[in-house]
Amino acid sequence: MTAWNPKIELMPSQELERLQTKLLKALVHRMYDYSPFYRERMDEAKVHPDHIRTLSDAFKLPYMHKRDLRELEPERLFMVSNRELVRYHVSSGTTGRPTIVGYTQKDVDLWTESVARGIASVGIGVDDVLQVAYTYGLFTGGLGLHYGAERVGCTVVPASTGNSERQLDMIKRLGVTAIACTPSYLMHLGEVSQKIGMSIRKDTKLRLGILGAEPWSEGMRDRMQDWLGVKAINIYGTSELSGPLWCECAEQKGMHVWGDMALLEVVDPDSGEPLGPGEKGELVVTMLQKEALPIVRYRTGDIATVDWERCGCGRFHPRLGRITGRVDDMLIIRGINVFPSQVEYVLMSNPELGNEFQIVVDRKGALDEILVRIELKPESFQDNVAKLECLKAKIHEKLKNVLMISAEIELTEPGSLPRFEGKAKRVVDKRNV
Amino acid sequence: MSDHGKYRIKQLSIFSENRPGRLMDIARDMKEAQVNILWFTIAEGSGYGVVRMLVDKPEKAYEKLTSNGHVVKFTEVVAVKMEDKPGGLYDLTVMLTDAGINIEYAYGYRNSPSAVLILKVEDIDRAIDSILGSGRSLHDVSHFK
Repeated sequence: MTAWNPKIELMPSQELERLQTKLLKALVHRMYDYSPFYRERMDEAKVHPDHIRTLSDAFKLPYMHKRDLRELEPERLFMVSNRELVRYHVSSGTTGRPTIVGYTQKDVDLWTESVARGIASVGIGVDDVLQVAYTYGLFTGGLGLHYGAERVGCTVVPASTGNSERQLDMIKRLGVTAIACTPSYLMHLGEVSQKIGMSIRKDTKLRLGILGAEPWSEGMRDRMQDWLGVKAINIYGTSELSGPLWCECAEQKGMHVWGDMALLEVVDPDSGEPLGPGEKGELVVTMLQKEALPIVRYRTGDIATVDWERCGCGRFHPRLGRITGRVDDMLIIRGINVFPSQVEYVLMSNPELGNEFQIVVDRKGALDEILVRIELKPESFQDNVAKLECLKAKIHEKLKNVLMISAEIELTEPGSLPRFEGKAKRVVDKRNV
Repeated sequence: MSDHGKYRIKQLSIFSENRPGRLMDIARDMKEAQVNILWFTIAEGSGYGVVRMLVDKPEKAYEKLTSNGHVVKFTEVVAVKMEDKPGGLYDLTVMLTDAGINIEYAYGYRNSPSAVLILKVEDIDRAIDSILGSGRSLHDVSHFK
């Protein structure tokens, strides 16, 4: 077994808990003093930093939700001044309003350290060439993996997304041994390689895939490993927490969540009550060392289980199982989070369109496609195909700006989409992950 | 100018999703309303179409189609009487070009012994003036009844 940071990674449980308690106390004081938002929340909940003495006292702290991050101005939320920020990432929110995540140098360093420990635990090191085929930019996937990979000393190919044939060419020419991308993109590369008469297994040195940013299954893992000869490693993270953070070790039995950085809980999504060990529920995360954006008892909306037993690799840090669902209607399409409410927000700003819409998600080949079906308002119909096409193009562009992915648009007749008496079911997900 | 109204032919334009059975639905409505279709075409958009029809009873057709949830618009067009011989279309387009009249779309059909050219233009009154002024004739609404 390889450990990047043996002192922390191999720390026994009790010692780890003592460290967590110390970090939690410091965090609560920091938040109370510097985050106006969180101070109000704590006062409302009648919790003072001095009340937090043991790890289980964390349960007294109020929950944070995605809406807190979206609705508040960063200065009400952040614990540092702008001078201390070194980076922003921005993710799409549930409406048109984005979620802004700020980082201090220490935040970036710890994020990098977390990725470094993870990829080192599957054996990635100085002899490796890692192609990062996550998007670089506001999305945290590209830069997160990039920094972690450089930290362990491997050679990075910052390929970002797109142009599959060139990706394959680089994998072959540069002797790429590992790739970081979405699982569906690796499947897609497998399909493209077949089309151009190339075998990933025989013609390349690729042996590891660091795969995440969308839900996938054990069945997909088996298929990929058998077909491509690439060991498929699951990785998890969200931009609010920093970015991609935690991945499986070589055992492939859950993602190690580093105890010195994060405290995990699994709760009943409806009542918010804590669930027992191994029970499936909503993942709640407290980031113990963050400096800029406080993340305390943050309701991720992801449904998962946590395994608290010691891993076969020897580490005591808890392991997060596969994300099996969402508590809300968030969709993950090609690694990008899409909320039906975002689509609604865009559509409702177009007076030509009716109130009903439907989102159809399908997997064409290995890649996800999104189709948005919208009812045309009777009064906006005109006998001019060019103008109708212009309307479609305009909606396509607006949606792309908000969702950050391209959706196909279909204009439908008024009254043709299903109506709902209760909660509208806007999404038809035909993917069979 | 006062008699322009009778030369404005009401064409039906129907927004239709591109899926099996949609044209059948429209045709069924026409059958049930006892409306005769004189001419029709489908203009193809991406994922939808615009069905255009000339019928003998446009109001009745409109009522029937809208009551069944179709999105229907009347589009006013002019119907030019054409001589059914080589060069007829050329002569007409020379005249329209000289008058600066732009055609949005057009279609023609034979109506032995002559032919009919349907024009959709931006300024229908000016087109009617120009065509009549050039000595040509237009079919009026009674022609389609």
